[in-house]
Amino acid sequence: MTDTLTPVLTADWDQPDVFTIDGYRRAGGWQALPKALGMRPDEVTAIVKSSGLRGRGGAGFPTGVKWGFLPRGDNKPHYLVVNADESEPGACKDVPLMMATPHTLIEGAAIASYAIGASHAFIYVRGEVLHVVRRLRHAVQEAYEAGFLGRNILGSGFDLDVIVHAGAGAYICGEETALLDSLEGKRGLPRYKPPFPAVAGVYALPTNVNNVESIASVPSIVLNGGDWFASMGTEKSKGCGIFNLSGHVATPGTYEAPLGTTLRELLDLSGGMRGGHRLKFWTAGGSSAGILTDQHLDVPLDFESVAAVGSALGTRSVQIFDETTCVVGVVLRWTEFYQHESCGKCTPCREGTFWMVRLLEQLEHGQGSEEDLDKLLDICNNITGRAFCALGDSATPPVTSAVRYFRDEFLQHQKEGGCPFDPAASTVWAEGLGGSGGLSPRGTAGSET
Amino acid sequence: MPFSDQVRARLDADAAQIISKYPGSRSALLPLLHLVQAEEGYVSADGIEYCADRLGLTETDVTGVVSFYTMYKRRPVGQYHVGVCTNAVCAVLGGNQILAELREHLGVADDEPTPDGQVSLEHIECNAACVYAPVMMVNWEFFDNMTPQSARKLADDLRAGNQVTPTRGPGRLVTWREAARILAGFNDDQATDGPAAGPADLLGLKIAKQHAWTAPEPAPAGDQAPAAAGGQTNKEPR
Repeated sequence: MTDTLTPVLTADWDQPDVFTIDGYRRAGGWQALPKALGMRPDEVTAIVKSSGLRGRGGAGFPTGVKWGFLPRGDNKPHYLVVNADESEPGACKDVPLMMATPHTLIEGAAIASYAIGASHAFIYVRGEVLHVVRRLRHAVQEAYEAGFLGRNILGSGFDLDVIVHAGAGAYICGEETALLDSLEGKRGLPRYKPPFPAVAGVYALPTNVNNVESIASVPSIVLNGGDWFASMGTEKSKGCGIFNLSGHVATPGTYEAPLGTTLRELLDLSGGMRGGHRLKFWTAGGSSAGILTDQHLDVPLDFESVAAVGSALGTRSVQIFDETTCVVGVVLRWTEFYQHESCGKCTPCREGTFWMVRLLEQLEHGQGSEEDLDKLLDICNNITGRAFCALGDSATPPVTSAVRYFRDEFLQHQKEGGCPFDPAASTVWAEGLGGSGGLSPRGTAGSET
Repeated sequence: MPFSDQVRARLDADAAQIISKYPGSRSALLPLLHLVQAEEGYVSADGIEYCADRLGLTETDVTGVVSFYTMYKRRPVGQYHVGVCTNAVCAVLGGNQILAELREHLGVADDEPTPDGQVSLEHIECNAACVYAPVMMVNWEFFDNMTPQSARKLADDLRAGNQVTPTRGPGRLVTWREAARILAGFNDDQATDGPAAGPADLLGLKIAKQHAWTAPEPAPAGDQAPAAAGGQTNKEPR
C-alpha cells in the first residue's frame, strides 16, 4: 500500500542549499545521468515508457511514447524543449520546482536529450519569475563546470548545450507549437498539426517538448526503475505528482501524492476549509478544466476518473472556493483571462471569448436574462472543437461547468439586480478568518450544508 | 536617432554573446528585446531598429513581436514596476481590493509611472504562486500573502527608496532595467540568495515527514541501483 504522500520531486525542498550543485549532490543528485549514459538511448526511453509517466503539463500523453516519435538515424539535429512557461491559473508546481531544485530539471533534460539524440536543450521559462531565471542559469553554469553539460559528457561522447530562454509574457506560449514559434523569435502563435514537433519542431527539425515536472521525474525513474514509479498511482495514471491547493483552505500548500488521491484526503491533511466555511466549487486541473463541486470530494484525482466527471486532471491545480464566492464573478475573471491571452489567430477563440466576456459582465451585473445565458452557452458550443488550438477549448469548460452546477445563481443576479455576494467576505482578511476549520477526519469541506 | 556609438558598442558585445548561443539567430530576438529594454527601460523605436538590424529583420517584424508580449513596454514604466495578480484565486482572496486601493493610493493608471518615476502599477494574470495568494510582483520578484496595508507600505517604501526584500527571491531588489538585463541572459550575483522554497511549498513534505510517509523503496534486485539517491527516492524522516 502506497503512503498517502510520496515526496520524490519535493523530497529535498527543505534543504536550504538544494538549488546548488553541492546541495543537489548531497541529496543524491547527478547520479542518474551517469547511469543513463551507460545505457543505449533506446534503453533509456524504454525505462521511461515502462514507468507509465504521462505528461505532467496537463495533456497526459505518455512521455516515453512521445520520445519514441522522434526519428532515428536521420542525421539531422534534434532538439529538446522544456516547457517551463507555467501559467495555468492555479498552477504553482513547476516554478517552485525550478526555484528549489533546478538541477533535477537539468539532469532530466540531459537524460532526455541523450535518449532522443538532441545536442541542444532549451528551457523556455516564463519571464515573469526573475529569481527562477537566475537559479536556472546558475545551475546550468554549475553543471557545465562539473562536466555534466558541454562536450563529451563524462567521457561518453555525448555533447549537450542547455540554453535558458526567458519568455516575455504570453499564456499561449504554454501551447507547445506556439512555444516553438516564440522560441524562434516570433509572435507565439500555434501551428497547424501535423506535422507534429517530433517531425518538424523548432527550426523545422525533430523536437520533443515536455513539461518541467515530466522531465524532472526522469532522474528518479532512471535510478529507481520504471516499476518503482509505476508502483504508485492507478492502473492507467501511474506515479505521483505535485498537487497545489490554493484558495479558501485553512492552509494553502503543495503536496506530492500518488495519482488517484482525492480532494478529501488532501484537505484532511491540513485542516480542511478555512474556519466556519464550506466548499462551494473547485478546480482539479486549473481553470481550463472546468469546475467541480462538493459532490466530487471523493473522485480519484487521476486522468480517467476526473475526465469521467466531465473535468480534467490537467496540471493538478486545485483552486478552492467557499460559499462566500460568487461563481459568476470567478468565471468572468477566468474568461477575461482567456480573452486577454487569446492570440487572435482563429476567429472562434478571438471573437468568442470577447462576446463571452460581454455576456458574463451583463450577467454578473444583474442585467443578463435567461436568454443571455443560453446565448453564452451557444457561443461556448461554437468555440469548443472549432478553435485552432487548445486555448479556445480551454476557455469554455469553466463557463459550461459553472452553468451546469450553478444555473440558479446566474439567474439570481438578474432577480436581485446585481451580484448578491459581498466580495469583502471572500478575502483573506475577512472577519472570522484564519485557523483551521477543525473538521473531523471524514467531515471536511462540503459536509456542513 | 539611433543609439550613440558608445551605447551601440556596448550593446553589440552583449548582442553577439546572446546570438551565439542559438542555432538559429532569430531565436535571439526575445532576449535582444529584453536587452534593449534594459538599456532604455522600455522598447523604443531605436530599440526595435537595433534588434532588426542585428538579426536582419524588418522593423515591422520586430514591432509585431514586441506588441504580442506583455512584458515589453512601449513607454517608460517606473523604476519599480508593481504587478497585482487578479486572476481568480488572488482576486477573490483580496487581489481586487489591493489593486483598487493601490491605484487610488498611487493615482496612476495601468503601466503609468508615478510623477517621480519610481513606481508603476499593472494588474497581472496568474504568476504561479497561488498558494501564497494574494500575490504581488515587483520587477518580477515574489511578494507573497499581501494585504492592502502591506501593499501600501510596499509602494511607499519603493517610492521613498527604502530597501524592500522579496519573499522568495534575492536580498536586493533590482531595478526594472537590471531585471530586464537578467532576462536578456546576464545574471547578477544573487542566484543563491533567498530560500529554496517557501512554507506553503513545504507543507506536504512537512506532513509527510510527520507521518513518516515516503515514496516506495525501489526494488533491490538485479542491476537496480540502490536507493542511495537520497533526493530521488525516500529517506528516513530528518
